[in-house]
Amino acid sequence: MKQKYMLPLTGVFLLFLLAYAGVEGAGMQWFFGIVVPYAAVLAFLAGFVYRVMGWASSAVPFRIPTTCGQQKSLPWIKQNRIDNPDTTAGVFVRMVLEIFLFRSLFRNTKAAFNRNEKNKLTYSWEIFLWLGALAFHYSFLTVLLRHLRFFLNPVPACIKVVEYFDGIIQVGLPIVMLSGFLLLGAALFLLARRIFDEKVSYISLAADYFPLFLIIGIAVTGIFMRYFTKVDILGVKTFTMGLATFHPVIPEGVGGLFYAHIFMVSILFAYIPVSKLMHMGGIFLSPTRNMANNTRMKRHINPWNYDVDIHTYEQYEDHFRDKMIDAGLPVDKKE
Amino acid sequence: MSDELKPDELLDKVDHSPASGSWMDTTVQIRPGIFSYAAKPESLETLSAPNPRQWNPLDDDWKLPENWQEIIHNGIKERLEKFRTFKIFMDVCVRCGACADKCHFFLGTGDPLNMPVLRAELLRSVYRNDFTTAGKILSKIPGGEKLGGGRPMTVEVLKQWWYYFFQCTECRRCSVFCPYGIDTAEITIMGRELLNLLGLNIDWIATPVSNCYQTGNHLGIQPHAFKDMLDFFTEDIEEITGVNVEPQFNVKGADILFITPSGDVFADPGTYTCQGYMILFKYLKDKYDLNVTWSTYASEGGNFGFFTSHETMKRLNAKMYAEAKRLGVKWILGGECGHMWRVINQYMDTMNGPADFLEEPVNPITGTKFENAKSTKMVHITEFTADLIKHGKLELDKSRNSNRVMTFHDSCNPARGMGLLDEPRYCIQNVCDNFFEMPENTIREQTFCCGSGAGLNAGENIELRMAGALPRANAVKYVHDKFGVNTLGTICAIDRAALSTLCEYWVPEVEVYGVHELVGNALILPGEKKRETDLRMEPLPGMEDDDE
Repeated sequence: MKQKYMLPLTGVFLLFLLAYAGVEGAGMQWFFGIVVPYAAVLAFLAGFVYRVMGWASSAVPFRIPTTCGQQKSLPWIKQNRIDNPDTTAGVFVRMVLEIFLFRSLFRNTKAAFNRNEKNKLTYSWEIFLWLGALAFHYSFLTVLLRHLRFFLNPVPACIKVVEYFDGIIQVGLPIVMLSGFLLLGAALFLLARRIFDEKVSYISLAADYFPLFLIIGIAVTGIFMRYFTKVDILGVKTFTMGLATFHPVIPEGVGGLFYAHIFMVSILFAYIPVSKLMHMGGIFLSPTRNMANNTRMKRHINPWNYDVDIHTYEQYEDHFRDKMIDAGLPVDKKE
Repeated sequence: MSDELKPDELLDKVDHSPASGSWMDTTVQIRPGIFSYAAKPESLETLSAPNPRQWNPLDDDWKLPENWQEIIHNGIKERLEKFRTFKIFMDVCVRCGACADKCHFFLGTGDPLNMPVLRAELLRSVYRNDFTTAGKILSKIPGGEKLGGGRPMTVEVLKQWWYYFFQCTECRRCSVFCPYGIDTAEITIMGRELLNLLGLNIDWIATPVSNCYQTGNHLGIQPHAFKDMLDFFTEDIEEITGVNVEPQFNVKGADILFITPSGDVFADPGTYTCQGYMILFKYLKDKYDLNVTWSTYASEGGNFGFFTSHETMKRLNAKMYAEAKRLGVKWILGGECGHMWRVINQYMDTMNGPADFLEEPVNPITGTKFENAKSTKMVHITEFTADLIKHGKLELDKSRNSNRVMTFHDSCNPARGMGLLDEPRYCIQNVCDNFFEMPENTIREQTFCCGSGAGLNAGENIELRMAGALPRANAVKYVHDKFGVNTLGTICAIDRAALSTLCEYWVPEVEVYGVHELVGNALILPGEKKRETDLRMEPLPGMEDDDE
């Protein structure tokens, strides 16, 4: 049981050490700072496109949305246009809610069974997975957007707006950016769930712990650099702008912690296309959510539909004709 | 059945905490009471299905073809290309666990492999090992498989598949809660298709499929016997109402072809629902001259092919359009059935359409166009009846059902594969006075399965069925205790059989009724005599003491 998370934890720690020691000890800044990030971004882009194309190349033979509300029916029956959409507009709203607000997860309940006189099964609303997931994804997005400041010069106004709101509590110097801590907190919560919730622990694979540890590692190194070791921010920007403009340079005075951070981010990027993290692309293509429930209104075409043998009425009547005639049932052929 | 578990013993076994260790290391223990018997070779032969043979799930040797691994591998490969659902659902699960306690079989058995996520992982683990880049690389490193969660396809894995894909009723409840819409029904459908490539069906599916193909319905009722059954109902109804409601069969040029599951013709209490249909059609004939015909050829609404493979589903379903075309009707009306309606709503037109020989369905009595069925041209009977009631076209005496304190069980497929939720409720509320909903987490799109769907309504797996029935029964018991509910309404033939067993086991004070049985009780036929009993020949409310 333990090895399911001890192995990924050790793995992430080793990755950190590898980059840290590689830079501090062997002076391999060029490798961890230039070769790996470029390779990772390439792997990410190519892999992501390859996976999405792979899904898109599979056929959608049937229109099988999961309907979660009243269908379009008689004019006086109120349809649930979002959870049981019959139009593209309805599907669009359903998908927006699913992608941005995790609507299905919002429904989550927790079942409990009391073995006593009443033997009642009860279901209570379970909001924490939804909250944790939402906090995790949105803080991650914010952190990502904030980091664009390192790759763009001048920094676009919209990024500054994000930063402004992220630092709105105006505590400390440098100002505390909420998203970083929220990301760390949410990732730790999701990790705790995986370890301590019996059911979730039972279903979890090593591959479920690895990205969590990796993201925790990224968040921790990032927070350390910003608030504690106070990384040379100008040096970092020189470096990142070099990457962004394809004129990579290795600045002076930026240490191993930074390269470990960059290395783990690179691993994460490269890991996305070969892992469950592809759910970010998959959700858009999920046929149970992105299709309208209107198959009875509008015929759906199966691209590989083929003819099959059926037992025809003629064969049926040939088989049962005498019995049918005796029973007074109409037949096509009397003899 | 003497060794059947008592409800209390079953409840003692409910434990939702999984054991420690990894599920991948567990070996499957195929247990009597849980598994269903293997398909008989004769039944597989009818449709020329592969590898028909006598075999026993409890034996070590399942008599698999020599190249079975290759068959499975190619089968997965083909389906990944043909079904985007399958490919995406293999790839995107993050194992968040939201589905884990949504499955009635998990809630009732506590078997962790009945958590929907693990049911899918049974297949996913092999997929990862054989079809993903990461899995292929990791499988070459010693111990690497475990890191990626892959495992090679072995006989042990195959047995696990068989055991657990026949412990899923394809009810889709888990898919409501999945943030990516992963549908375990779809995964079970693929799993069963793959198993069928090796001749590993269960008999409770294979034999009805064979019957349906040859004889026109799952129960293998031959045309004359089918007519006999309905004649017998006609006699009963005449005794109760004084009106002869004789139905017509295979009539060319009728307005509407009516198709319902054969369970309604054969199995109590579905038979009373069938009598309800007959009374309704007689009423519409006399009052409005509407001609409805039954068919002995297309005498099955249900489709156990759906639980076998997409191809088998298509082969059985084809009869509906073929018969409608042969008879030259305007459109098709479908009876109360669960999975039948998922097939009609989401598959039929695509598989066997276009139905350009039929007319866009219009209710000739009310003039209502059934816009939602204009391509498939098949209307659900509760849509039809609700429309008639709304327009005041039915004369109803609700008091005849006043002893029924109702609740309504949403059948999985009409709920989550269609969204037919308010039509049956409208019908019930217009023929009954007392209606109470079960708790909201157990109805509509969150409804719990009866525990016997998707071909699992056999006798030998009764422990599984009653365990899977627990969440539904628990909610029924809740409204029984709180509101005195004594009647569970439903619109599914499997439900009518399965829920009756469920109630007998868990809530014996509650009886199961089809919606159209209630309609049949309430509907006042032109020229009927004063009714003293309901369709079950039990005294109507207020008539209990009238001794003739």
